[in-house]
Amino acid sequence: MTWINQDKTAIVGIGATPYYVRGQSYPRTINEMIGTAILAACDDAGLNVKQIDGFAYYSSASAGYTDKMETASIMEMLGIPEVTFTATLTSGGGGSAAGAGLATAAIMNGDATYVVTVMALQQLKQRLGTVFGAVAPSPENSFLQPSGLVGPGHLMSVLARRHMHLYGTTRDAFAEVVISQRENAVNRPKAIRRKPLTKEEYYASPMLADPLCRLDFCLETDGAVAIITSSSGRAKDLKQKPVYIHGVSHGGRREWGRAFGWMGMPDPYFASSGHKSVADRLYAGAGVGPQDIDVALIYDHFSAMVVMQLEDYGFCKQGEGGPFVESGAIRYKGGSIPVNPHGGNLSEAYIIGMTHVVEAVEQLRGTAINQVADAELALVTGGPAPIPVSGMILRRA
Amino acid sequence: MKYGEAFAVPGDHVVITTDTWTEPFWQAAKEHRLTACQCGKCGTFRMPPTPFCPECQSQDTLWPALPGTGTIFSFAICNRSPFPDVADFIYVPVVVDLDGAPGARLVTNLVSINAEDVEIGMRVQVDWNPIQDGWVLPIFKPL
Repeated sequence: MTWINQDKTAIVGIGATPYYVRGQSYPRTINEMIGTAILAACDDAGLNVKQIDGFAYYSSASAGYTDKMETASIMEMLGIPEVTFTATLTSGGGGSAAGAGLATAAIMNGDATYVVTVMALQQLKQRLGTVFGAVAPSPENSFLQPSGLVGPGHLMSVLARRHMHLYGTTRDAFAEVVISQRENAVNRPKAIRRKPLTKEEYYASPMLADPLCRLDFCLETDGAVAIITSSSGRAKDLKQKPVYIHGVSHGGRREWGRAFGWMGMPDPYFASSGHKSVADRLYAGAGVGPQDIDVALIYDHFSAMVVMQLEDYGFCKQGEGGPFVESGAIRYKGGSIPVNPHGGNLSEAYIIGMTHVVEAVEQLRGTAINQVADAELALVTGGPAPIPVSGMILRRA
Repeated sequence: MKYGEAFAVPGDHVVITTDTWTEPFWQAAKEHRLTACQCGKCGTFRMPPTPFCPECQSQDTLWPALPGTGTIFSFAICNRSPFPDVADFIYVPVVVDLDGAPGARLVTNLVSINAEDVEIGMRVQVDWNPIQDGWVLPIFKPL
C-alpha cells in the first residue's frame, strides 16, 4: 500500500564540516562541528537557524559511540528559541537512512516545521574500529566480548565468512566494492582516500579480521553532517530545489535482532544485511522496485555488507551479490546501478551514514560531482546493524 | 595464507559480568559443565539467557548438562592483540552451534589448531579458560 506521507515532506537543506582523518578535527570540539553543520544546512536551505523547531536523531542521539548530542546544548549554542519535537531512533547507525522519516512523523503530526537530523563524530580518545573492546561488558555482552571480536569489522567478518561458505562468494567481490568506490572518490575534493586502487594493492592490504582486510574496513573520520526536513509546501518557498521523501522505513525482524552483537541469527538471515523486511516495506510504500532506482547510496562500513545489501534490496538474488558486483554492475561509469558515486564510507568519509543522505540529495538536485544523468530516484540505506535498520527513497522535484 | 597456531584471548585480560538470568550459566562453567538456558515449559533454548522464553514467555528455566560438543557455524581469524599491553597473537573467534541445544550458540575462541585449517562445519569440543574474578570461559578445540 502506498505510504500515506509519500512526497509530503522534503529534504530542504544539507550542511557539513570538512572531513578529517580520525583525531585531526582537534582543536574543534564536537559541539562546534555540530553547530557548523547545522548552520551550513540552514544557509543551504535559506533558513535562519532560529526557525529550527525540531530535532530528529538516530543512533540514540549518540555521536559515535562515546559522545552524546543534546538538543538543549545545541539550542543554547545556536540560540534556537524553542523546540516542539525532539526524539531519536534507537540503537546505532542502522537508523541513519530514517532520521528524515522521524522528522516526517514530526512534521505530518503538526509537531514541528523545520526539523534537523544531525550526526557528528570525533575520535580523540577512543577509535571506533576497536570500540567494543574498550567498554566493560554488560551481562549480555559477556557472551560476545571475551571472543576478542573487538570492533564492528571483526564482528562482520564472521557474517562475511558465512556468506562465502553458503554462496561461494570470494574476496574478488569485496575487492570490486572497494576498488569501484575508490574510483568514484578520485575527483572529490573532500574525500580522504583519492588514490586509484589496483586489485594487486587490494590483495596486499593486511588482514585485520580474515576474510576482511584493512581496505574492506571503512575510514575512521571526524566531522559532522546535518540535514533539514520540512513539509513539501514550505519547501517550495526555500532556496533549493526540494528533494521529496518518496518512501522511508525502519525496523527489522527478530531473526536479525541484535545481529552481530548476538550471532544467533538463523540462515538465511545470518549472511545478510538484515534489511530484507525493511526493503520490502520501503518498496511497497514507495510503489517502486529496485529496477526503478537510478542511484544507490549503500551504507558501506565494510565492503562485504554492500554485497549483502544489494541482495536484500533486490538488485540481485540472495547469494548472487558476488557475481553481481564482479560483473561491473555497481560502477558509476557503465554500471546498471551506480553505487556510492561519492566514494562512500570506504573512500570519502564515515559520518555514520549521513554522507550517503547528502549525496542522494545532491544527485537529485543535479549538483553531484559524479552526477548520474537524469537521476530521479535515489535509494539510501542505513547500516547493517542491530535493529533498527533503515532505508529511504528520495525523489527529484 | 599461513597464520600458525591459534590461541585463546589471555584469560587474565577477560572480564565478564553476570545478572540473575545469566549467572547459572557461568556458575556451571566454573565447574566445567557446559549448559544453556532452556525454557522449563516449552523446552526452547535461548542464549544468552534472558528473563522470558521468547516462544511462550515462561520464566521457568532449566540448565541441562550438554555433551560439550558442537559445530562451527562461522568464524574469523584475527592477528592483532586486542590489548595494548599484550603482543600480537593469532586467535580465532568462532560461532558454535551447541549439540543438545538447538538454536543456542556460543561465541568464543577455538584453540589447538592452526588458524588456516579452521573450516565451517568442523566438529569441536569444549575446553575451559580461567578468566578474571575466578570465572571460567568455555572455549573450543577440535573434536
